[in-house]
Amino acid sequence: MKEIINLPVSNIEEEEYHINMGPQHPSTHGVLRLLVSLQGEMVRSLKPHCGYIHRGIEKMCEKDTYPQVIHLTDRIDYLSAHINNHAVCLLVEKALEVDVPERVRYIRTIMDELARIQSHQLWWSSFGMDLGGLTCFFYGLRDREMILDIWEETTGSRFLQSYNCPGGVMQDIHPNFQKKVHAFLKTFKKKIKDYDRILSGNVIFENRSQGVGILSKEDAISYGVTGPSGRGSGWSCDVRKTEPYSMYGKVQFNEVLRYECDTYSRYMVRMQEMHESMNIIEQLIDNIPEGEHSAKMKAVIKLPAGEYFQRVESARGELGLFVVSDGNKTPYRMKFRTPSFSNLSVLDHISRGMKIADLVAIGASLDLVIPDIDR
Amino acid sequence: MNSFFKYFSDIFHGVKSLLIGMSVTGRYFFSPGQIVTQQYPENRKNLQMFERFKGEVIMLHDGNNQHRCNGCGICENNCPNGSIEVIPAKITGEDGKSKRVIDKHIYHLGMCTFCGLCVKNCPSNALGFGQEFEHAVFDRSKLTKVLNQPGSSIIKGVE
Repeated sequence: MKEIINLPVSNIEEEEYHINMGPQHPSTHGVLRLLVSLQGEMVRSLKPHCGYIHRGIEKMCEKDTYPQVIHLTDRIDYLSAHINNHAVCLLVEKALEVDVPERVRYIRTIMDELARIQSHQLWWSSFGMDLGGLTCFFYGLRDREMILDIWEETTGSRFLQSYNCPGGVMQDIHPNFQKKVHAFLKTFKKKIKDYDRILSGNVIFENRSQGVGILSKEDAISYGVTGPSGRGSGWSCDVRKTEPYSMYGKVQFNEVLRYECDTYSRYMVRMQEMHESMNIIEQLIDNIPEGEHSAKMKAVIKLPAGEYFQRVESARGELGLFVVSDGNKTPYRMKFRTPSFSNLSVLDHISRGMKIADLVAIGASLDLVIPDIDR
Repeated sequence: MNSFFKYFSDIFHGVKSLLIGMSVTGRYFFSPGQIVTQQYPENRKNLQMFERFKGEVIMLHDGNNQHRCNGCGICENNCPNGSIEVIPAKITGEDGKSKRVIDKHIYHLGMCTFCGLCVKNCPSNALGFGQEFEHAVFDRSKLTKVLNQPGSSIIKGVE
């Protein structure tokens, strides 16, 4: 004990100190291990250690037929399960040149936007909780419950829906669907004002997020940080705008961009996106055309031999899906370009020189989902 | 002088923002409005799940203990994780021809991911989703279920 006290002060300052953040840490939201090397309280560098929840989904896809793959994509990024399903369906439909009914496009787009809203609600809840505001967690989950109920009524599941299938959706929407979505929009428009009052304008939150974790636009592009995190740095990277799929080409919405490049701007992008998502749903929900909920597909789906790529905008960024087919009913290779993996890669770069407490705020602002990283 | 004013305006704005936040929590404390928390074990008796809720895969039986499954095995082929095993049997029908029926329709609940492909692809609509969701058991082997009830037979006319 005495020797430690008698150490010269300068020596302590220069020494590097390593700590493991995770794999069991509440602010990593899963089993992510960050090996952080610190100088005092300052982060010198960090190394993410992935793989704790690696399930080999890409390999498992190789033995499954295309309709069977869909239930695995639910489990990549469980918070945007609908959107992941959508990517597989779009790819299969593009490869087979199937024209899906208009009704299916409407349903899929509405479901995607509901998924985006509930994902951002959960992100907001956990962001507040990470920074010490436990109230946010309860309020966010309370409002998210309405979307889960809508899903449970229509798809049968609350979380991992497997609702899309190649050619359409599994079941038609429930008769109560439109009524319930309207009720949700009405309620949530009031509740989201509370979100701003309780967290966005809070002085403690502002001081902990403004100017923290600066990610320049150039870095965002070179690291491939897509989604709300990239748009918080002013990079226009919304796949819904650049390569519209389903109904996104026909609805009016703004791509939310902010230019402060810090944690606060990434936060504000997501808050604004919830408004935009509600805007998209409002334009579609009353105009769902009548018709079939699924196109006629063959019993065994075989993709023609070749390479296919499809990207969609998931709640965290760009999800790319690359399939090599050899003409069989199962894919020869299926590769997912998941947004969280690229977003994690920038964490080391933007947290250098920050305090360890800021690392929690930065990590929360990137909205990492660990199964999305490890797959 | 400027920094002097900034110091006090920062304090003022900080306190104001905290009070705004506290007003929200205070409002919900005194008038919570809609309460979403369910008192789960207490409300078990009148807990209603949604009609389409995927609790478990069941085989639909009518009042005469008859089902519509002819043992074609399409559900088994469609299942991504091998949760379903169809063990067929051959019986001799009234007209003297041998007919394929099921002996056992085995369902491994522990492996099921509730993707719904078996129910969707069943050509004779023999399968459905049950509302039961309390699946916790002490022994894993209890999760393997035989879906066709003992003594059940196929409805006439379903091939």
